[in-house]
Amino acid sequence: MKYEPVIGLEVHAQLLTESKIFCGCSTKFGQKPNENACPICAGFPGVLPVLNKRVIEFAIKAGLATGCDIARTSVLARKHYFYPDLPKGYQISQYELPICVNGYIDIDVDGAAKRVRLTRIHLEEDAGKNIHDAYSDSSLVDLNRAGVPLLEIVSEPDLRSPKEAGAYLKTLRAIVQYLDICDGNMEEGSFRCDANISVRPQGSERLGTKVEIKNLNSFRAVDRALTFEIGRQIDTLSSAGKVFQETRLWDEQREETRSMRSKESAHDYRYFPDPDLLPLTINDTWIAEITAALPELAASRKHRYMSEYGLPAYDAELLTSRKDVAEYFEHAMQIHANAKALSNWIVGDLFRELKERQLDEQLYIKKWPVEPERLAQMVQLIDQGKISGKIAKTVFESMLDSDQLPQQIVNDKGLEQVSDLSSIEVVIDQVLTANVKQVEQYRSGNEKVFGFIVGQIMKATQGKANPQKVNEVLRAKLKSQA
Amino acid sequence: MNLAALTLHAAGEKLRAGEITSVELTEAVLQRITASDEQIHAYLTLDREGALDQARRADARLRAKDGDSPLLGIPMALKDNFLTQGLRTTAASKVLGDFIPTFDATTVQRIRAAGAVIVGKTNLDEFAMGSSVENSAFFATRNPWNLERIPGGSSGGSAAAVAADQAIAALGTDTGGSIRQPAACCGIVGLKPTYGRVSRYGIIAFASSMDQVGPVAKDVRDAALVLETIAGHDPADSTSVKRSVPPYSAELLGGVKGLRVGIPNEYFASRMQADVEQAVRRAIRELENSGALIEEISLPHTDYAVAVYYIVATAEASSNLARYDGMRYGGRAGARDLTETYRITRDAGFGAEVKRRIMLGTYALSAGYYDAYYLKAQRVRTLIKRDFDEAFKRCAVIVTPTTATTAFKIGEKTQEPLQMYLSDLYTISINLAGLPALSLPCGFDSEGMPIGMQVIGQHWDEATILRVGHHYEQATEWHKKKAPAIGN
Repeated sequence: MKYEPVIGLEVHAQLLTESKIFCGCSTKFGQKPNENACPICAGFPGVLPVLNKRVIEFAIKAGLATGCDIARTSVLARKHYFYPDLPKGYQISQYELPICVNGYIDIDVDGAAKRVRLTRIHLEEDAGKNIHDAYSDSSLVDLNRAGVPLLEIVSEPDLRSPKEAGAYLKTLRAIVQYLDICDGNMEEGSFRCDANISVRPQGSERLGTKVEIKNLNSFRAVDRALTFEIGRQIDTLSSAGKVFQETRLWDEQREETRSMRSKESAHDYRYFPDPDLLPLTINDTWIAEITAALPELAASRKHRYMSEYGLPAYDAELLTSRKDVAEYFEHAMQIHANAKALSNWIVGDLFRELKERQLDEQLYIKKWPVEPERLAQMVQLIDQGKISGKIAKTVFESMLDSDQLPQQIVNDKGLEQVSDLSSIEVVIDQVLTANVKQVEQYRSGNEKVFGFIVGQIMKATQGKANPQKVNEVLRAKLKSQA
Repeated sequence: MNLAALTLHAAGEKLRAGEITSVELTEAVLQRITASDEQIHAYLTLDREGALDQARRADARLRAKDGDSPLLGIPMALKDNFLTQGLRTTAASKVLGDFIPTFDATTVQRIRAAGAVIVGKTNLDEFAMGSSVENSAFFATRNPWNLERIPGGSSGGSAAAVAADQAIAALGTDTGGSIRQPAACCGIVGLKPTYGRVSRYGIIAFASSMDQVGPVAKDVRDAALVLETIAGHDPADSTSVKRSVPPYSAELLGGVKGLRVGIPNEYFASRMQADVEQAVRRAIRELENSGALIEEISLPHTDYAVAVYYIVATAEASSNLARYDGMRYGGRAGARDLTETYRITRDAGFGAEVKRRIMLGTYALSAGYYDAYYLKAQRVRTLIKRDFDEAFKRCAVIVTPTTATTAFKIGEKTQEPLQMYLSDLYTISINLAGLPALSLPCGFDSEGMPIGMQVIGQHWDEATILRVGHHYEQATEWHKKKAPAIGN
């Protein structure tokens, strides 16, 4: 029997607000343990939460960018469980009335468009971190992360393969990055994913028993874990076994999912509206203000690149798939507006370089091997006829590990193209004299030799001769001497 | 002259006139504590040196005419669920042990800024859960009128201290009657403001949707003076409301002529101690004689109030008390693993009543029971609020007894939690509805125990209930009766 996987994803996106969701503590990453913690973070007796307005704004942005209905009234609720990294014994989250509902994200899988529905987006606070200290054999708690604002973005079970799941995650990440509300870093945990997955016989409408997978810390982990789990569930069902509703943990080392807790031992979170926080009300004016200030997202940017700059869909897609790349491209365009040439250099040479340096694994590239200014200046030199495309490769290489400007490299290395006719003629004459045999072959109708002769001329000028000029002069000379 | 017996406003006048100093007044209060607290046990923590220090600073301000707050130089007591920076705060629970807060509650900041002298922290039922202070993890507090009797609760320490002149005034918290019921039991004045009127920041939470801070005082004017100091919006408490605070003490006069006073049938139909009913009916006649218009009204959902309260309050409490896990403050039990650590820490840290309420509340919020208990209770709570909305179309204030009986004997109800819960019969609806209510003395029973009358107001209308209370005080002498001086 053929089986079809059914996947839904829950993403936790850490918001890039300056301060935490319910107090004034900084959200800065990488501080000393408990440096960003106050009595509110630590759940001291008597403290009360006050909701950070920026967090609401960010949630509304996310909702608007994903076609959600923004709830005019939503409720913050307490979710109870005991754990040392959860200071109050409950997490403030949203349950029955979340801030955003009924949205969607359009994804592209191998050129085919697909719409993935979003069930909801809700606000919540992050927990702290338990650190096990092997040396003292004790567990320590770091509350720097406690109270960092999160959006939980929950999809409908609309995904049918690990590939679709990957495309969904990448698209969602691009959206939050474009909105500047989350840096989307999976490895550092600012963009986390849990997956709900079941399989069912192909063609069946009924959903199978779902399993939740946790600990997916990279795109690769999502792909590998889903692939593994699909296989496990199909194997189980094929051998007349039963899939149990449970939570499983992805083990990165062993590349397998392991049972963490069964449905029976699932927590009863005892959600109820937090009496310390009034229902969250949002008026139309505020929504209108945020809508007006929304940045241009990937999809519309892609279409603009195609219509405004005449770029092919392939280029526009690659340039807009990452916000940092799109910003790079637009920055370069401001300096030298040759869209296609810039695009070629970016998706070609620059991307190859990013990959080699593994910079493409960074979610937001801040330090580029070559900045947009210098790349644009280089393309400008080509367009001005000062260097050839081939020489430009040398210039590009030289820019990589220096901060030299392209013009300076051209000057220092004497790479400026020779376009001056008389000096080109001198070289051509020398080459023709030295290659009498080839000249004769050409004249007797062997056109292929032309390329060889051009090559010899370029070699003699160390590639600096303007190839167009060389072509013109050489043809004229060969003709006239015939 | 016994300075400790002065009201806040009388002492304030003398302080500002330079007739007495805050140090003298504070010493007089401390002397009363020394003399009587071994018998009354009102205080959990005393801060003698700190108090004298604050008194000296207040005297300097008085001399420099720096500040004109009526609280400047006044020795006050705080219920031990108010966080006080550097001063032990326990909520009368072992689970907090020797917890020393790193900051002051907003209300504490406000009275400190006004120049009040904080004498110490008073006893309460553990986490403010109880009506007698018998649930304190440390010791019971005695009623200054009769040491065999409870002082009421949960702000019983504050009420006993004020009644015994161990403080000029005090702050308490009221979740289901915890200011008004002990005020009635101890023959003094207690006010629960409108929910949202006073900041809850820095108050150890019991039931967040009902907890409210209020004054425990010797007369209505004192209550008004304290309220106008502590009331007002606090950005640190999202449930505190941005509304201007009227100058309550300046609006006490005006009497009750033409004022419509509602008398709820349901409150008088229930079983009540005969001399309590007589005293309250006499007080109502007094108001009528002063020109008030007495209206019989109905609050039809009154019968459900106790049930609703003990679901909502315990649900919130079970959540609010989850943080006492021994991880960050308070004691922690040594145990094999995490679950054991939680279990033993909480088992040893909480008393029986607190555990009972955590279990009730946990049950009410559990999957499968939430709709039948918590949600249903919230719906009935809305009906109870509507009862009051309807009633207030016909009257400006509602007058009831504060309690059905006067203070009972220590130990009398400890084996009967349900009987104990019924001590709050007349007070808890007010918390469910978020209304302001005042309790003030209106007589004594045949055994000489004080009786309290409750005046309930409309939302945000503390001014009117204070005016009614003040008028009644002017017409009667009950508030001037003092408990026997113990230890003299």
